[in-house]
Amino acid sequence: MGGDARRPGEDRMSTNAFHTPPPNGEGEMRAPMDFQSRRMRLNSAWRYAVNHAVTGLAVLSTLLVVAPLVAILIYLVYMGSSSLNLAFFTKIPAPVGETGGGMANAILGSGIVLGLCSVMGIPVGIAAGVYLAEFGRGKALASAIRFTADVLNGVPSIVMGIAIYSLIVMRQQHFSAFAGGVALAIMMVPTITRTTEEMLATVPHAIREAALGLGVPKWRTVLSVSLKTASPGIITGCMLAFARVAGETAPLLFTAFGNQFWSFRLNEPIAALPLQIYVYAMSPYDEWHRLAWAGSLVLIVMIMVAVTLVRIYASRGVLKGAS
Amino acid sequence: MSLEQEPEPSTLLAAPAVTQFVGAAEPILDEGPPSPIRLFLRKRGSGGAADKAFAALMLLCGLSIFAIVIFIFSILVVRSKLSIAQFGLHFFTHSDWDPVSGDFGALPFIFGTLATSLLALVMAVPLAMGVAIFLTELCPMKLRAPISFVTELLAAIPSVVYGLWAVFVLVPLMRDQFGTFLVKYLGWTGFFDGFNFGEGLLTASIILAIMILPVISSITRDIMLAVPNSQREAVLALGATRWEMIRTGVLRNARIGIVGAVILGLGRALGETMAVTMVIGNHPNISKSLFAPGYTLASVIANEFSEATGDLYLSALIEIGLALFLVTIVVNAIARALVWAVTRGAPARIG
Repeated sequence: MGGDARRPGEDRMSTNAFHTPPPNGEGEMRAPMDFQSRRMRLNSAWRYAVNHAVTGLAVLSTLLVVAPLVAILIYLVYMGSSSLNLAFFTKIPAPVGETGGGMANAILGSGIVLGLCSVMGIPVGIAAGVYLAEFGRGKALASAIRFTADVLNGVPSIVMGIAIYSLIVMRQQHFSAFAGGVALAIMMVPTITRTTEEMLATVPHAIREAALGLGVPKWRTVLSVSLKTASPGIITGCMLAFARVAGETAPLLFTAFGNQFWSFRLNEPIAALPLQIYVYAMSPYDEWHRLAWAGSLVLIVMIMVAVTLVRIYASRGVLKGAS
Repeated sequence: MSLEQEPEPSTLLAAPAVTQFVGAAEPILDEGPPSPIRLFLRKRGSGGAADKAFAALMLLCGLSIFAIVIFIFSILVVRSKLSIAQFGLHFFTHSDWDPVSGDFGALPFIFGTLATSLLALVMAVPLAMGVAIFLTELCPMKLRAPISFVTELLAAIPSVVYGLWAVFVLVPLMRDQFGTFLVKYLGWTGFFDGFNFGEGLLTASIILAIMILPVISSITRDIMLAVPNSQREAVLALGATRWEMIRTGVLRNARIGIVGAVILGLGRALGETMAVTMVIGNHPNISKSLFAPGYTLASVIANEFSEATGDLYLSALIEIGLALFLVTIVVNAIARALVWAVTRGAPARIG
């Protein structure tokens, strides 16, 4: 304690007044200090080495993650584009052994099933999101719904497939496009619910209160103020959910089932692009492998266009006017 | 919370207050046409009934999420009753899968699912951590958006396309180059015995790892971004290097959420169907070798469901689906609870 109190004065003397080496007391201190500082220097060299090593590892792992994506995409574009032609979009699959043929019926079938699931899934999902954000704030029930939606999001798609099979297909005794649509709709609902809720939560309360203060009923406020303000974000959420189910194969295996021919009725088995890719990829025919690659390219391009559109739309300032 | 609840009283107050105001103002503003606002209000009325109906409709849609979960559970239980009655818990502990003699046991599928998922986690978690650390702490701002876009794109590729790529690129690669390399240098461990077909547990794990990477890394990134900057600055001010700052300031605070993200990735891996079905070899056996073909819970359903003959066969497959459903529900519930605990501002403890 005493030493500590004396040191500042001594320092001032030695540096400012006389420029002499510090008195003996300080000199004795130096030996352990030197030893310590050498250890510290070694230590800090080690610490910097670790720092650089970890930085390098992080960069390396990022490269390792980006590499397979690039590899998959390049290979896909290479294989897909070389086998993509007009017939792919206009013809139905050719019988085994014949060359040519396309996936026109699968593209149409995917469109029908996706349209069906959007019609069923999007309104329910948005309405559930509205409940969570506008009516259920702070209620235990809303928290439970939110949690269940998150958990439902992680349920494997094949489970949805067999549940809908057990409910609809077993009862009707035949596969149908309708069953496929229901299976995909169930998958869409939780995703859309959560994004809708998150988007509505970003709408400032002042806007709602302004509408309510004018005497606008609550339902009208929700529809034409809250939802309208958050609509770009909600559309983004719907597109992402759509892109997610567009590539789903597992829930369609036992519901839509697939079809080698044109099919327009909702209560008949229908072809879908992911299903067709699966069947063709597992077949032993080179011609079908070629079509599977082309189909994958078309599917990926469709999904990426959707995701990129969403990105552009979202980056243009979802709630710029509101917030 | 208190801020969020403020509109509630104002809703209640709004209608009477406005009508009172309108009533009081009526004599003064008698001349001239009524204002558009008053016209609007007159046309709408107070809307009490409409409000209630609207709220009820929204609540109904909210409750439909419960309904979906209950419906899936109950329909799977009903349809798998036959198999549950026949085998009981023994179903999950014995390993014969013989549709011809009607003897069903799910152990090989449970083994295959666990082996591929855990192996995928072992491969994916360190990489995902690296990506998340790079994106939140090291990456120049300019690169941040493109790289996170690319990792999100990785999540948008459909499972069946991964499967297609795996069948035609990864399987030959495993068979001809990587497999022989593994046998040469790690053959002594005994994990790489037997004939290498290219298809098998290891190939399935690799494709699974690629697929769950974006899930883990994007959630980890979000959680690390949720750590307040003051934590980073405090550690840096004590003279820490950047890695020490990340380790003590960020990772330690975010660790609960990171565990949640990893479990979420596990949930995804457990239920992944198509890509795994295409490369795992689809043979119900339990073997130490990672080259051996396997079978997972999801892929046995995908492969055998549509050709299942006989009620018992079908209900055994549905029971497997039920098991998968329950396991993923539990895994996801744990993961979500952990992620929520962090991202919702629960106190992060330093220990």
